[in-house]
Amino acid sequence: MTTTNQVAIEATGLVKKYGNTTALAGVDLSVPTGTVLGVLGPNGAGKTTAVRILGTLLRPDAGHATVGGYDVVREAGKVRSIIGLTGQYASVDEDMSGRRNLTLVGRLLGTPREQARARADELLERFELTDAGDRIAKTYSGGMRRRLDLAASLVGRPSILYLDEPTTGLDPHARNGVWETIRDLVLDGTTVLLTTQYLDEADALADSIMVFDKGSVVASGRPAELKAQAGKQSLDVRPSEPAHLERVAAIVAESVGARPTVDVVNAVVSVPVNDGTSMPVVVRRLEEEGIGVTELSLRLPSLDEVFLALTGHTAEEKKSDNILEGASR
Amino acid sequence: MTTATLETPAHAAHRSRPFAWVQQSLTLAWRNIVRIRQNPEALADVTFQPIIFLVLFLFVFGGAIANGGTWHDYLPYLLPGLLVQTVVFSTMGTGVALNDDFAKGVFDRFRSLPIARIAPLIGAVLGDAVRYTLSIVILMTTGFVLGFRFQNGVGNGLLALVIVLLFALSMCWIWVWLGLTLKTAQGVQGVAFLVMFPLTFGSNVFVQTDTLPGFLRAFVNVNPVKYLVDTMRALMLGGDLQKPLLITLAWMVGLIAVFAPLAIRAYRRRT
Repeated sequence: MTTTNQVAIEATGLVKKYGNTTALAGVDLSVPTGTVLGVLGPNGAGKTTAVRILGTLLRPDAGHATVGGYDVVREAGKVRSIIGLTGQYASVDEDMSGRRNLTLVGRLLGTPREQARARADELLERFELTDAGDRIAKTYSGGMRRRLDLAASLVGRPSILYLDEPTTGLDPHARNGVWETIRDLVLDGTTVLLTTQYLDEADALADSIMVFDKGSVVASGRPAELKAQAGKQSLDVRPSEPAHLERVAAIVAESVGARPTVDVVNAVVSVPVNDGTSMPVVVRRLEEEGIGVTELSLRLPSLDEVFLALTGHTAEEKKSDNILEGASR
Repeated sequence: MTTATLETPAHAAHRSRPFAWVQQSLTLAWRNIVRIRQNPEALADVTFQPIIFLVLFLFVFGGAIANGGTWHDYLPYLLPGLLVQTVVFSTMGTGVALNDDFAKGVFDRFRSLPIARIAPLIGAVLGDAVRYTLSIVILMTTGFVLGFRFQNGVGNGLLALVIVLLFALSMCWIWVWLGLTLKTAQGVQGVAFLVMFPLTFGSNVFVQTDTLPGFLRAFVNVNPVKYLVDTMRALMLGGDLQKPLLITLAWMVGLIAVFAPLAIRAYRRRT
């Protein structure tokens, strides 16, 4: 039995329109069994729409998709029996206890009462919710609610799991907890489709990454490949005199060998770099030119910078008018 | 089996059971009952409201309507009518609650599970049967305390209560449909009041209809509430039963036949 070359999720030409707004403009994707696909993009890029189509909650207007070999439209029932779905907005019943939320799913899946309870206890323990198990979910913190939602999607032991922005809005500790769980699931052989707005999350968890923008795939590849294009880190230089921005940009471009972005509002020049080796060169050239700086730092690139590097424009433009932008396509 | 994804999931057994949807519906009905227990204040519309309505209508209108008599004489006439009004009004809560569930995303969970499409809807309706029953019990108990008695045998009286409950379970499909079609819970409530007031007040719930002007009497004569009230009075007090009962049953079948399919279609389309 070979599983390495099997495809768990396959989609071709997925299109979804809401009135005049195009949420998905023809998306192809393929996820091999047992791997993690990270779908990266800003709000309104079409990530959630794609997940909802692959999770049988939405019908595509065009194109088709199979999950576990089953067609998401014609064989939706079979697809539902092998998937787990964790939405962006935790879909738990706030008026019931965590334990009852999990038993409910088990009972709906046809598990006998005792087994459903045992499975609920097992999941509560795994997600460190045992103590809170009998409290109603309304009283849970954001992180607990997200964990309960994830637990609910695992009740039926799905072999394919969709996680729609599982860590958006979580504190770093809760975020690490979710990451660990996802890694454990992958070790068990679960195929995961993960959407995120964070490059480091996709980098930490995904075997391959697709970048969505305005309902289309604008870049895809292994994390290392994308990072090579986007730069692993970002070098920021903030001159003490905003008037020196242009000259700083020229120096940075010359020293690093890449075109920097000039943020006039914040008076800072940024450029993607792979490591810190060009930093001394920049420092020396600035000294030669006699330009003082208030900030000189290396940091992880933001989503905007990744977008700029991969697509030639920033994600920010679309955040402001993400929906309407799609309409004009 | 050559792929990991096709390994038998733990819950694959559900597909082999032909009546799985029954168990799924009952499970979801249980959910709604658990939620009621968690939020008892949400029951105000089926607990205090019937008592307040009965007391108000009985003592405010009683003397005037009873034509020389007292509220004692009005009670046997009023109670079967008010029972219908109370139960019919409580059906709209089903649509409001469903709309709320959808807005909160809980239904995304249900829709992503391999369960029958109709199960969440039947579950909502059956769960609400508890609310309807509660409103019936509370209103009748208050009536008995005030001196109401079944005059046509206890058996017929209880049959009347079963029929009004079944009518509520048929009628609530309108609200299930609207709850899934309209955007907000407030919208559902708005439409519900717009429909409920003419239906219940434009009937024989409170007064005999022979003083009404012609156009209104024409409306009353096609109003299902009138026939349900006539059925209640016939069973509880005596009188002609056959015609109102048959028309009521026909309305029940018709309501389900029209609105249950509409509701299921709306459920499938809702995204």
